[in-house]
Amino acid sequence: MLRLIPLAVVLLLLAPIAAGTASILLAALGWAPEFDAKTIGLDMFAAVFKAPGIWHSVWLSYWVGLIAAAVSLGIVILFIAAFIDTRGFRLISAAIKPVLAVPHAAAAFGLLFLIAPSGFLVRLVSPDLTGFVRPPDWLIVNDPGGYAMLGGLVIKEIPFLFFVTMAALPQTEARRAEIAGALGYGRVWGWLISVFPAIYKQIRLPVFAVIAFATSTIDVALVLGPVNPPPLAVRVLQWMNDPDVNLRLTAAAGALVQLGVTLATLASWFALENLVTLIARMAAMRGWRGKKDHITALLAGASITLSVGLVLAGIALLFIWSFTGMWRFPHLLPDSWTTASWSAQGANIFETGSRAFVIALAAASLSLVLVLASLENEYRGDIKISDLTWWMIYIPLLVPQIAFIGGLSFLFLRLGLDGTLWAVVLVHMVFVYPYVYLTLADPWNAFDTRILAVARTLGKNVNNVFWTIRLPMLLRPVLAAFALGFAVSIAQYLPTLLIGAGRQPTITTEALALAAGGNRRLIGIYALIQTLMPFVIFALASLIPRFVWRERRALQAGGRG
Amino acid sequence: MTAQINKTGAGAGLVLENIEIFHGSAPLLCLDAEILPGQVLTLMGPSGSGKSTLVSAISGFLPRAFTCKGRILLGGNDITILPPDQRRVGVLFQDTLLFPHFSVLENVLYALPPGGSMQERRREALALLAAVSLRNLAQRDPDTLSGGQKARVALVRVLASRPRALLLDEPFSKLDADLRAAVRQLVFAEVARRALPTLLVTHDRSDADAAGGPILVLDS
Amino acid sequence: MTRFSRAVAKATGAFSALATILGLLASMIGTAGAPVLANEPVPADWEAVLSEARGQEVFWYAWGGAENINAYIAWVGERVKEDYGVTLTHVKVSETANVVARVLAEKAAGRDEGGAVDLVWVNGENFASLKREGLLLPEPWSTDLPNYALADFENKPVLTSDFTEPVDGLESPWGTAQLTFYYDSRYFSEGENSAPPTNLEALERWIKQNPGRFTYAAPPNFIGTTFLKQVLYGLVEDRAVLAEPADRETFERITAPLWEWLDKIHPDLWRSGRVFAADTTHLKTLLSDSEIDIGMTFNPGEASSAINEGIFPDSVRSFVMDYGSIGNAHFVAIPFNANAKAAAMVVANFLLSPEAQARKADENVWGDPTVLAYDKLSAEQKALFDALSKGPATLGAAELGATLNEPDAFWTDALAAEWSARYASGS
Repeated sequence: MLRLIPLAVVLLLLAPIAAGTASILLAALGWAPEFDAKTIGLDMFAAVFKAPGIWHSVWLSYWVGLIAAAVSLGIVILFIAAFIDTRGFRLISAAIKPVLAVPHAAAAFGLLFLIAPSGFLVRLVSPDLTGFVRPPDWLIVNDPGGYAMLGGLVIKEIPFLFFVTMAALPQTEARRAEIAGALGYGRVWGWLISVFPAIYKQIRLPVFAVIAFATSTIDVALVLGPVNPPPLAVRVLQWMNDPDVNLRLTAAAGALVQLGVTLATLASWFALENLVTLIARMAAMRGWRGKKDHITALLAGASITLSVGLVLAGIALLFIWSFTGMWRFPHLLPDSWTTASWSAQGANIFETGSRAFVIALAAASLSLVLVLASLENEYRGDIKISDLTWWMIYIPLLVPQIAFIGGLSFLFLRLGLDGTLWAVVLVHMVFVYPYVYLTLADPWNAFDTRILAVARTLGKNVNNVFWTIRLPMLLRPVLAAFALGFAVSIAQYLPTLLIGAGRQPTITTEALALAAGGNRRLIGIYALIQTLMPFVIFALASLIPRFVWRERRALQAGGRG
Repeated sequence: MTAQINKTGAGAGLVLENIEIFHGSAPLLCLDAEILPGQVLTLMGPSGSGKSTLVSAISGFLPRAFTCKGRILLGGNDITILPPDQRRVGVLFQDTLLFPHFSVLENVLYALPPGGSMQERRREALALLAAVSLRNLAQRDPDTLSGGQKARVALVRVLASRPRALLLDEPFSKLDADLRAAVRQLVFAEVARRALPTLLVTHDRSDADAAGGPILVLDS
Repeated sequence: MTRFSRAVAKATGAFSALATILGLLASMIGTAGAPVLANEPVPADWEAVLSEARGQEVFWYAWGGAENINAYIAWVGERVKEDYGVTLTHVKVSETANVVARVLAEKAAGRDEGGAVDLVWVNGENFASLKREGLLLPEPWSTDLPNYALADFENKPVLTSDFTEPVDGLESPWGTAQLTFYYDSRYFSEGENSAPPTNLEALERWIKQNPGRFTYAAPPNFIGTTFLKQVLYGLVEDRAVLAEPADRETFERITAPLWEWLDKIHPDLWRSGRVFAADTTHLKTLLSDSEIDIGMTFNPGEASSAINEGIFPDSVRSFVMDYGSIGNAHFVAIPFNANAKAAAMVVANFLLSPEAQARKADENVWGDPTVLAYDKLSAEQKALFDALSKGPATLGAAELGATLNEPDAFWTDALAAEWSARYASGS
């Protein structure tokens, strides 16, 4: 049984992507018998590039993706380099944890409520400092340049990159920084040249995932992104949903162009990697010590504090808006409070919330079972997974969703599977499995297997040892991986929308359906619930092991277990 | 490296028959020996000489990079290809490797072979703990015990599984000198009392002397 | 139409092998249960429809961007459950075009039964697309609904001609609409600004004097395209040309003054015309934040309704253009492959009931004008409407002025496409 797991996983992860992309590729080339289109050619690509403003859309996806990854990674590593092992570092680490649980869409809405011309920040200084009694006519959100969207991506990618970097840290020889320090290097520069290269090797794939996400984001773009024209992925979605049949083929070609844009962004990133390495090496070889790093440290510290602060303040605003009756500009606080929106939405919140919960629970549980089976199979077969396998696990995170979900939804439609709960769960698993695997693999493999050997020599068979020793001892990382998988599922927008055929509305699709109209009370409610669900699961995942193992010192957080 | 020791051929103990261990295709260790019930065979040698690999081979955990030829017999039965849990070979490692999620008592209960009522099992486990003066620590979190206490729990645990042979992989090396002698004495006393054929792997001459059995020295 | 049936017949494309495997899997899971073939329900035999409908679940795909409308639909769900044992699920959509695309995809995939959509809130170009592509229940049904007799189809041509497309009994009227502007009267108290601008010249002048205080929704959103059509009506000499499709040359000639007018006002719009509102709800939000001073809606009761909800200050009032306002009706339609056709008809009929229509017209609920003829109602039913009060921001029938017919659906698509090419290209 267990030996079939790798095959099952490959089918789970790669078959939908391969099938979806293949169907899109054929449609893009003009082969879609369903639409009576059977001429192979590049007409559809020509149609894409004839669309008004298409190059602007392409450029938006490219530069926002590249800069979002560069800025968030830069802030994270400079902050870690400058502040690791300080009190401020522990403070930020603690504050950043809940931010990880905040779905992209909710973070984007929170940011919108803060920075919009009628938002909280302008109210904070109006009218006393600004004289504004009406919101200024400033183009801050939905700006054609995509800066608001870039900001929304950065504040959400910072916590993700922070966590993957911190996870890579213990496996790296951190003492090297001390040696660099002893050689007279500045703290930041010393860490960057002595510790960071080894860390970067480990976090490279997660960084690629960030680039892939940022180049093809739909939810953040819908909330904060440019509208005339929007980034490429949003345009593809618009074409996909157009009643004009020909535009569906254009959408297929557009999806492939999106794939190309993501690949081009990754290629630029490779070039950037080489450039940075070259410059850093030259500086290091010239013996540059980088002693004056106070300003760098200050900027990094301020940026990360600001980014965490913006997300948390945004969530607080979601909360306030959900209870707001009237809130006139420039009043700092609502003029009237009401629970009317909550009670009016009660039934729908319950319905879409519980559906999202069931989907996330199923997707995360099934993925966890598969991940445990994969890891146990690796252990029992003494298999060390290759680089190729790692890439394969990462593929769902590297291929833009829009590039295959559309094709997949059509396949599901033909099979009569679309619109069913299980179809949505299955497609969620494509994205949940990699995250669960990547979170659990490190602690699982770091486990001292001699303790399992001891149990075996005591007469326990391999299954018994798995259930009675390894699983309970790894309860904390197992639940943490489950929680992350749950959060990933809750945040899924496009797969839920397209595979669910609108018949499986979740709290996330509801929140984004409301985005356009900008009813802040409703957005507040839905984005808040969307945040709270993963947050509660994260909290449980951290509290349950603490409670279960409250009398087992070695298994407490920070313990040796 | 080859080591040879006289064999009685009776087969009551642990018989290592023409054991040859290879790392890849490179020979690492050859051994042909019989350990009698109650006897401690000490294997000495520097690190890298294959001592611990032999322990892995006998207990059934030979890493994939290694191959082992020959036969292992215990009480006259060939256990060479049995899975570890059916070999009934107990192992004590340098680290006590107590199960951190079980209490002291649960560690022992876990090791007791299945059967008997819960009450009987508890009584037996507590008796085993009492024999090493740990009865009053039965409910403790193993992580809160001292090094000597942990070593004794580990001993009780392996004995509770009623092994038919014992492998000692440098089990005393992490203990302080005074503690070390006491624990060593306790282990060897139990080995004698239960007539367990025992293989001791160490790089410490005093361990070998205290074991009182034959000594084989490997060079690298 | 034919090319689709041909396509379905030939739908043995590149994925049939994979489809077979996955299909096997699907049948193992058991989620792909074949729909039961039934005789199409006929509203003429209403009793049969009612009995077939009981226990069915209707997935109603309807725009979900307004809280009060969603609440109204939820109320409809409760009532049809009570009276007819029909379960109603509101599938909230952001653009009705997506629903058309959905049904189209189902048809292309050969799903002629058990479709996802049972009922869709629709009008205008989306109805035209559904009808053109053969995606609707083929036989006329709406005119046979028991409550249709109460509708004012004799006096309201918008109930039988949807954007010049004959309704032909393929969709059931739900409400009427007229493009109405609203403004915050606090900012219209002085001098030449004392009255809201009711013609294009005045509007242009007002926009130039109050930069950043006016916007409209970006086409293809319906309120956005409606604004374009409204302006076009104000600029064309021969309105009749809009009642029919036009060739490219005619289109360019007729619309040239429109683009010229828009080019004049855009620099002085909200956000300098670089960003537009998303839809009517967004326009409401912008006015409530005092970002803009004039907004627009298709629902003459919307401003009063928003005052009741506490979203608008009570200084908000409504106005219309003096050369008439675009008016239309909105409908519900049943796709050809709907899973619960009988129950969908029951819901459509309930929507036409005096009870549902009076509640819809209530400004505390929604404030959308009824499609029923007052004089066809019984005294009891009239009382339902008599009890409704009119809010301060609602115009009377006389003040609403003349209704301009929706241009042919061609104009909607063409205007939206041309607008995108001109103003949404990021240059």
